[in-house]
Amino acid sequence: MSAADLGGRQATAALALPYAIELKGISKAFGSVQANKDINIAIPRGTIHGIIGENGAGKSTLMSILYGFYRADSGQILVNGAPVTIPDSQSAIRAGIGMVFQHFKLVQNFSVLENVILGAEDGPMLNSSLAKARKILGDLSREYELDVDPDALIEDLSVGHQQRVEILKALYRQAEILILDEPTGVLTPDEADHLFRILRGLRDQGKTIVLITHKLREIMETTDNVSVMRRGTMVATVKTAETSPESLAELMVGRKVLLEVEKKPSKVGEIVLSVKNLAVKDEHGVTRLKGVSFDIRAGEILGIAGVAGNGQSELLDALGGIAAASGVVVLNGAKLPLTGPRANGKARRDAGIAHVPEDRQSLGLIMDFAAWENVGFGYHDDPRYQKNAWLMDNEALRADTASKMATYDVRPPIPTLPAKSFSGGNQQKIVVAREMDRNPELLLIGQPTRGVDIGAIEFIHKQIIALRDAGSAVLLVSVELDEIMSLSDRVLVMFDGQIMGERVPAQTDERELGMMMAGMGAK
Amino acid sequence: MDFATFLQISDTALRFATPLLLACLAGLFSERAGIFDIGLEGKMLMAAMSAGAVAAMTGSVLLGLFAAILGSLMFAAVHGLASITFRGNQLIAGVALNFVASGITVLIAESMFGQGGRTPPLTGAARFANIDLPFAETLRAVPVLGPFYAEVVSGHTILVYVALALVPISWWVLYRTRFGLRLRAVGENPASVDTAGVSVVQLRFSAVIIAGVLCGLAGAYMSTGLQAGFGREMTAGRGYIALAALIFAKWRPWQALWATLLFGFLQALALRPDVVESMTRVAIPVPFLDALPYILTVIVLAGFVGKAIPPRAGGEPYVKER
Repeated sequence: MSAADLGGRQATAALALPYAIELKGISKAFGSVQANKDINIAIPRGTIHGIIGENGAGKSTLMSILYGFYRADSGQILVNGAPVTIPDSQSAIRAGIGMVFQHFKLVQNFSVLENVILGAEDGPMLNSSLAKARKILGDLSREYELDVDPDALIEDLSVGHQQRVEILKALYRQAEILILDEPTGVLTPDEADHLFRILRGLRDQGKTIVLITHKLREIMETTDNVSVMRRGTMVATVKTAETSPESLAELMVGRKVLLEVEKKPSKVGEIVLSVKNLAVKDEHGVTRLKGVSFDIRAGEILGIAGVAGNGQSELLDALGGIAAASGVVVLNGAKLPLTGPRANGKARRDAGIAHVPEDRQSLGLIMDFAAWENVGFGYHDDPRYQKNAWLMDNEALRADTASKMATYDVRPPIPTLPAKSFSGGNQQKIVVAREMDRNPELLLIGQPTRGVDIGAIEFIHKQIIALRDAGSAVLLVSVELDEIMSLSDRVLVMFDGQIMGERVPAQTDERELGMMMAGMGAK
Repeated sequence: MDFATFLQISDTALRFATPLLLACLAGLFSERAGIFDIGLEGKMLMAAMSAGAVAAMTGSVLLGLFAAILGSLMFAAVHGLASITFRGNQLIAGVALNFVASGITVLIAESMFGQGGRTPPLTGAARFANIDLPFAETLRAVPVLGPFYAEVVSGHTILVYVALALVPISWWVLYRTRFGLRLRAVGENPASVDTAGVSVVQLRFSAVIIAGVLCGLAGAYMSTGLQAGFGREMTAGRGYIALAALIFAKWRPWQALWATLLFGFLQALALRPDVVESMTRVAIPVPFLDALPYILTVIVLAGFVGKAIPPRAGGEPYVKER
């Protein structure tokens, strides 16, 4: 595609300097793994350019090369038509490239102002730098809807505001090209919409935005052009207006992908779990879960919608035996202890509750341990894994892991590889395999597809539906409304530790749920 | 305790607090940059020996001081190399350096002077002289403050005043300069510094080197100010007490001053069992008084002084992600 056939606005901008960034034949290998193979891409000035691809497709490597974290083995980078070398981040900043990382690079106990000037101070003394930054920040805030209190500490800010600080950091360094890596992974729908408004505003001022994501909807709604990466290569660059989510998904995965979840009507059975007045206090004594009550029946998926931090995590922790709670929880007619030594994850697993925790890297896996060891966690007493009264049968556990890896399509299917060596999606599949393979009475599953690529999302969704159809009860917590809407048979919306109401997906829409998630339209 | 006794004890407390304060500030710079420095003790010991030996040989306390800083810097460089360049475990590197210091100081002193691992007693220009501050005698007549100025504040070696001056200077450097901002940032989140295009390695090395210089001052004070010569294990755990004071102070310069003064006061009190006895009306065994600073150290380290949040990236070597 040439610059000439872009829309009128871009064409005007394109007269002076056609491309903000051009990459020619970029290759990068890590050992035997070819992360980027002969990448060619040209990003016109003043556009929002999407780069989409599965986890491990090489998007992040490519952007890290642009930001000076890695040096390409071969190839050429042109910024505004001039060839540049980018050996470090300082050079990238000088070339006008700013980066907003997926995991923010902010100092938590610094103020916004201090974070913004860090590394871009005017001189050895801070006062003048701070005063200047305060003024510039004020101007930027007004211009781009980037409101944030310059004196607030980062740790007191919401995730959405922290992200604005990252954008402000880049703009303060006079970035003309802004790269955002998976920017909406941690945002609420509202915050994401706000972010996209900001990005459009920046584009209209002539800035170039590169948006890395695996969310098709964001690409379709926000970008002007989109490039698709697969296994280290750039497979296509198209105009967003001339493509569809289906064809992008196919380009990403290399095969046809079902974006809609297919499921049969549920065959609901007896009540499996009955929760009454469940309340949880955090370590500071603040009540985070304020007495919720609900039932889940066999063969149904109950979705919990809500903005992160409104008590969903505490609900999962209480039911999973990780957090002490008050109230009454009855599983198949038997009351579960909610405090004391018998309220633990192991006891809950023995009772038939499997738990796929929200944060797989800290609660679901030990990253330095091998996959087979991770598969054993929580089920290490399983008679199948015992050699005799004292010793575990590691061979049996490894063999079982290998078979689970085959069933759950974990790639690469090597039980002895440490968990950290797998991609996010495959790590999640390991946890899912461990927890789902035993057909639990009740599955607790939090953010099942956070940071998981599109192929794995499809797979995990199918597994959840299959478990439901086999007669298990499923409690699904997700901040992705799409996911809640497509998987759940019933939806509860949580706000401020309470249940705002119940809806059936077919009889509601994202707008209504969004209002309830914001604490409005209760009942 | 009458006022004169109080002044005496306070005077001693300030002397004892000085090496603690210097070491504490050394730890502060190092740990604020994310390098846990358990090797304060070793660096002080090395510095004390170097100062004692060179001052004894040359008769010049300034050359001794120079040697102390050099000796301490050698250890700091090894610590930096191990924990920054080679991304080793900072605590283990520090402990190893302490062991090395404990042995090598005695070895060097013994082979040089043959006096059982001690350096010869220092006199005259080989020691730091006490300085009488201006107007000490004239102001003595002023009630309360006058004698306090003359007895407690005045009449110490230059290193005591240097240590006290370093408190506001450290505060200013940390909170008012670009270097301080970056130093604090690298101890909290080195990735933020790295992505801003600033070298994490250089920053951390500067912090370790500052710590080396300050430990050099602390060690020199031990053998050429507080005492007259180096003796085996003469730092007697002061490096660890400084670490406890650092936690007590929550990694802040002014609080470090108060914390080290408290520890210094306890050490001074142990020298006056008669005063303690007259105040408490119970005979407290002297060994218990001697142990007080260490007991307080244990209490502080066990976390009985409220929540102290160390720099978040402390103890972790920085590995560039992605």
